[in-house]
Amino acid sequence: MALTSNHEGKVALITGAARGQGRSHAVRLAEEGADIIAVDLCAQIGSVAYPMATPDDLAQTAKEVEALDRRIVTRQADVRDMAALQAAVDEGIAELGAVDIVLANAGIAPQLTSDPDPDHEQAFRDVVEVNLFGVRNTVHAAVPSMIDKGQGGAIVLTSSTQGLTGRGGDGSGGMDGYAAAKHGVVGLMRTYANWLAEHKIRVNTVHPTGVQTPMIENDEMTAYMEANPGISAALENLMPVESVEAVDISNAIAWLVSDHARFVTGVTLPVDAGFTVK
Amino acid sequence: MEGKVALVTGAARGQGRSHAVRLAEEGADVIAVDRCGQIGTVPYPMATPDDLAETVRQVEAADRRIVAAQADVRDGAAMKQVVDDGVARLGRLDVVVANAGVTSYARAEDLSDEMWDDVVGTCLSGVFRTARAAIPHLKADGGAMVLISSTEGLTANQHMAHYTAAKHGVVGLTKVLALELAPHRIRVTSVHPTSVDTGMIHNEATYELFRPDLAPGEISRDDVAGPFQGLNALPVPWMDPVDTTEAVAWLVSDAARYVTGIQLPVDAGATTT
Repeated sequence: MALTSNHEGKVALITGAARGQGRSHAVRLAEEGADIIAVDLCAQIGSVAYPMATPDDLAQTAKEVEALDRRIVTRQADVRDMAALQAAVDEGIAELGAVDIVLANAGIAPQLTSDPDPDHEQAFRDVVEVNLFGVRNTVHAAVPSMIDKGQGGAIVLTSSTQGLTGRGGDGSGGMDGYAAAKHGVVGLMRTYANWLAEHKIRVNTVHPTGVQTPMIENDEMTAYMEANPGISAALENLMPVESVEAVDISNAIAWLVSDHARFVTGVTLPVDAGFTVK
Repeated sequence: MEGKVALVTGAARGQGRSHAVRLAEEGADVIAVDRCGQIGTVPYPMATPDDLAETVRQVEAADRRIVAAQADVRDGAAMKQVVDDGVARLGRLDVVVANAGVTSYARAEDLSDEMWDDVVGTCLSGVFRTARAAIPHLKADGGAMVLISSTEGLTANQHMAHYTAAKHGVVGLTKVLALELAPHRIRVTSVHPTSVDTGMIHNEATYELFRPDLAPGEISRDDVAGPFQGLNALPVPWMDPVDTTEAVAWLVSDAARYVTGIQLPVDAGATTT
C-alpha cells in the first residue's frame, strides 16, 4: 500500500511563520504541495529580550513559498488576540479554502535575558499568553473549517523539551512560564486528540531541544548562558550536538501530518538528541 | 537505505515481513531471522519456513540481497551466530528492527510458568539478545535500532500480564541502550503499535477473549471489529502492518537523525489519556 506525503490541494495554517522553525515548516509543506496561511506577529513583545520577527521576515517566507509555485496568504496577527487571529485565518480560508493542517508554532522565550532584574510577573504572563493561550486560539480558529470540510486533518502543536522536563529551571518568571506553557500544550494536545478523533483529525506535539533559530542564536542567549553555567550544563543533549536544525523539526512535522502517520494521534514526539532520556 | 544492511527479527510474515520488504525497497540488504516453528503455549499458528521463503522472495524481487536464518531470539548463542554470519556475508550492519513477539492470554493467577517464560523470553529477553548480538557490528559506523513494543508497553490490559510486563520492559531497555550507545552514534527508539491486522490478532484464541459472549469456533472478524475499535480513539479497529513500518522507516532514516531514546506510539490514539 502506498502512503504518501503529497499535500497537493491542501491548506496549512502556520503561526510564527515569519522565520525560524515556522518558515522552515512552511517551505517544507509547500514543497510537498500545500498552500500556506502564514501568520506572525512581526513585532516586539516587551518582556522578550531578543529581536522578534519583522514584516520583512514574513515577506521572505512568502517569497520562498511562492518560489515553489504554491499560494500563500500572509497576515500579521497576534495569536493572543482571538478576534484578530480568527480574521486572519478566515481571510486565508476565503482565498485558499478550508484548512487541512494546523501547525501551532508561534512561541516566545522571555527567560533568555541578560537583564539582572526582569519583570518576572509580566514575563510569566506574556509567555503563557503566547505559548499556551496562543496555541488554543490557533486550534479553535481553524478547527471549525476542518470539521465542516469533513476530510479529517492533522494538527501539530510545537511544545519543547521543557514540555516534558523542568531541566534548567531557575525560578524566573520567564522560565516558570515557558515550562508551564509548554507542559500545558501537552494537555491541550491530549484533550484535542480525544475531542477530534471522531472527525479523523489527528493531534500531536513535537518537543524540540534547542534549535538553530533566532530565538536561541542571539546575543541575549549567549549572555544568559555565560551568566548561568549550571543551566547551560543542564541543557546539554545526550547526543553530541549543541542544537538541531529547523529542518529536523520540519522533518518530524512533515511525517506527522502525512498519510504515513495516518494512525498517529495523541503522541508527544521529542526531536531532542536524547535530551529527555538523559 | 542504499548500501545499508538491516536486521529484522520475526521477519517471516506480518509486521516483520513488511519492515524487511520496505527497507529493501528503500535500498537495504536484509538479515531476516524467524523461529519458523511453534512455541508450545502460543495459542495460534506461528510462522513457517514457507513464510520466511516468501519474505526472501519479496526482498529479492526488490533486487536486494537477503540472508534468512531460522533462529529463536530466546537463544543468545544462536542469535550471535546468525547475526555474525549475516554481517559476514552482507558486509555491515546499520539498522536493527527487533520485532519478534508472541502472546497468549490468561489472568495472572492462571498464567503457567511456561506461558510467562515463553512470552517474556521472546518479547523482552529476545529483544535484548537481538540488540546484544547487533551492538558490536553497529558500533563500526553508527546506526539505528527500533525495538517493537506495543500499546501494552505504555498501558495495561487484563489477561496479558506477561506480555504487558515484557513490553514495558522493552521501554526500559530502549532508554538504557539509547544512553549507552549515543556516544557511538547509535540511536535507539521503541515503537508502540495498537492492534495490527495480522495472524497475531485474527485467531480463535484472541476472538474468544474479545467475544466471550459468543460460541467458541463461530466468531468472525466482523464480530470482533467493534471491541477492537473500542481500544482506539480514531474510528478504526486495527491498522495494517504498513502503518508500523512507516514509523520504523522514518525512525531509522536520516530524517530522524536526532531522535533517540523515545517511545513512539502508532496506535490510533489508544494510549492517549
